[in-house]
Amino acid sequence: MAATVALGEVPVVVAAPMSYWRTVRWRLARDRATLLAGGVLALIVLSALLAPWLAPYDPTAGSIRLRLAPVGAPGHVLGTDEQGRDMLSRLLWGGRMTLVAGLTPVLVAFVLGAGLGVLAGYLGGIANTLIMRTMDVFYAFPSVLLAIAISGALGPGLANTLLSLSIVFVPRVVRVAESATVQVKSLEYIAAARASGAGVRAIVRHHLLANVLGPILVFSSTQVSLSIILAAGLSFLGLGVTPPAAEWGLMLNTLRQSIYVNALVPALPGLAIFVTSMAFNLLSDGLRDAMEIRG
Amino acid sequence: MWVYVGRRLLLAIPTLLGTSIIVFAMVHLAPGDPIAAVMPAESSQAEIEATKRAYGFDRPLPVQYLVWLGRVARGDLGKSIATRRPVVLDVRDAFANSLVLALSSSLVAFGLGGVLGLLAAFRQGRVVDKLASAIAVVGVSVPHYWAGIILIIVFSVQLNWLPAMGSANDPGFVEYLRHIALPTVALALIPLGVITRVVRSAALDILNQEFVVALRAKGLAARRVFTHVVKNAAPQILTVLGLQFGFQLGGSVLVEAVFSWPGTGYLLNLAIFQRDIPVLQGVILVLATFFVLLNLAVDLAQTVIDPRIARQ
Repeated sequence: MAATVALGEVPVVVAAPMSYWRTVRWRLARDRATLLAGGVLALIVLSALLAPWLAPYDPTAGSIRLRLAPVGAPGHVLGTDEQGRDMLSRLLWGGRMTLVAGLTPVLVAFVLGAGLGVLAGYLGGIANTLIMRTMDVFYAFPSVLLAIAISGALGPGLANTLLSLSIVFVPRVVRVAESATVQVKSLEYIAAARASGAGVRAIVRHHLLANVLGPILVFSSTQVSLSIILAAGLSFLGLGVTPPAAEWGLMLNTLRQSIYVNALVPALPGLAIFVTSMAFNLLSDGLRDAMEIRG
Repeated sequence: MWVYVGRRLLLAIPTLLGTSIIVFAMVHLAPGDPIAAVMPAESSQAEIEATKRAYGFDRPLPVQYLVWLGRVARGDLGKSIATRRPVVLDVRDAFANSLVLALSSSLVAFGLGGVLGLLAAFRQGRVVDKLASAIAVVGVSVPHYWAGIILIIVFSVQLNWLPAMGSANDPGFVEYLRHIALPTVALALIPLGVITRVVRSAALDILNQEFVVALRAKGLAARRVFTHVVKNAAPQILTVLGLQFGFQLGGSVLVEAVFSWPGTGYLLNLAIFQRDIPVLQGVILVLATFFVLLNLAVDLAQTVIDPRIARQ
C-alpha cells in the first residue's frame, strides 16, 4: 500500500507499515547474492530429484574399456570414473544421496532440538539442568571428531551416518532454542498473557513458539552446509554410503588414486559438495539478514 | 574472581566424567563382538572366552566402566588389539604430530584471519571488506578434504613442487616444512573463514560504540583508536581462537587421511578399519579431554582479561 503525498513540489512515497513476513520477503527479493544462491540450490535439488530421468547412463554400470575418460569425451560430457562409469550420471545420482545424508540430520536436530530446548528453557529448574548438562557433554567433542567416532563405532552405512550426524547437531540446536526461550520468557508480554488467564499451552503455542522458531530455524539453516560437508566427509573416509552407490564424498574417495592420470574428473565431486555447501551458506546468511536475527 | 575460577574448575569435572562415559559406551555401540572380530577365524569358543576374560569383557558394564576409568586415571589406556602395543605410546606419538600440524595451521589461520578481519572492519564496504567476506564464505563452505586433494593435484602432481604424502623420516627442517606445507593450508581454510568473519564483526561492534566516536572526536590518532578497538574486541575473539584451535586438533581426521599425516586422525582412521576399539577409545578420550581443558583455559584467560565476566 503506497500513497503519493504531494509535499511542496516533490512527490514523496509514503509506504504503509509492512507486516514482518512481508518485510522479510521484500528484503529477500532485493538481495541479489541470496537470490542467486537460492537459484543455484533450486537447480541442484531439482537435478537430484530428476536424476532418474536426467541421467544419460546407469550410475553403477561401468565399462573397463572406457576408464577415466576426460571431460568432454564423446558420449560422456563430464568424463568417466575409474571403473568407466559415466560421471554426469553419478554426479546427478550422488547429489540425491549427499543431500539426503546432509539435510536429514539438520531436520532431525531442528525438530528434536527445538522441542528439548524450548522445554528446558520454559520449565527451568531441574529439567533445565538435566537437559542442558547432558548437551554440554556432547560439546566436549569437536564436531568432526564426534561424528567420526560414532560412525566409526557403529560401522559404515547411510543409517549410521544419519544417526551420528544427528547426535552432532541436536545439542547445538538445543542450546540456541533454550537461550532464545529463556530470553522471550522473561519478556513482559508473556507475564501479561499469564496474568490475563492464558493457559500454558496457549502461551507456549501463541507467544513462545511464534517468537523462538525464527531464530531456531535460521540457526538450523546455518548448520546445513556443515552437515553436508561432514556427511560427504564420512563417506569419503569409507564410513558413510557404501559402494557401488553414487555419493559425492565416496566418489571423491574412489577417484583419489586417479589424480595422476586425470586431474579434472576426480575434482568434480568435491566441486559439487563445495558449490552446494556455499549456496546453503549464502542462503542462510541472506535469511538471517532479512529476518534481522543476530548471531 | 577466585570464586568464579573455583566454580568453573568444579564444573569441568562432570563434563569430563560425561565424556568418559560416552567414550566408554562407544565399545558397546559397536555391532558384533569386539573380541571375536580380531580373533583368528579358527579359534575355539573357549579361546574367545579366555581372551574376553583377559580383556575384562565378561564383567557387568558398570564394573567394566569403573575398572577402565581407574586404569585411565593412572595413564593406562590398554593395549592395541591389532598391534599389542600400549595404546598410550601410539596416542602420544600421534598426538605430538597432530599438535604440530594444528599449531602451524593455527598460526596461518589466526594471523591471516586476524589481519583480514581487522582490515575489513576498518575499511568497511571497500574492496578489502568484500575480499574478506568472500574468503570467509569460501572458508566455511569448502570441504577441506577436497581442498587438500586440489592442493595435491596442483602443487604435487602438476607443478611437482611439494610432496603429497606424510612426514619424511628424519627429514631435516626444510624437508619437514615442505611436508607440512600442504596439510597446513588445507587445515587452515575453515578457521581462516571463521576467524575473518568473527574478527570483522567483533571489531565493527566496537567501532560503532560511542566511546570510539568520542576518542575520534577528541582527535586521537588512528593508530591509538585501533589499539582501543583491538583491546575491547579481544575477549570475544579469544574464545573463538581457543575453540578453533581445538577443532583443528580434533577435526584433522579428514586432512590427515588425505595427506597420510601420522597424527591422531590417521591413527583413529586406522583403528576404525581394524576395529581396534582400545585405540579408538584412547584417541577420542585424549582429544576430548584436551578439548575440555582447552575450553577451561580459555574461559579462565577471559576472566583475567575482562573481569566483568566473573561478575556476571
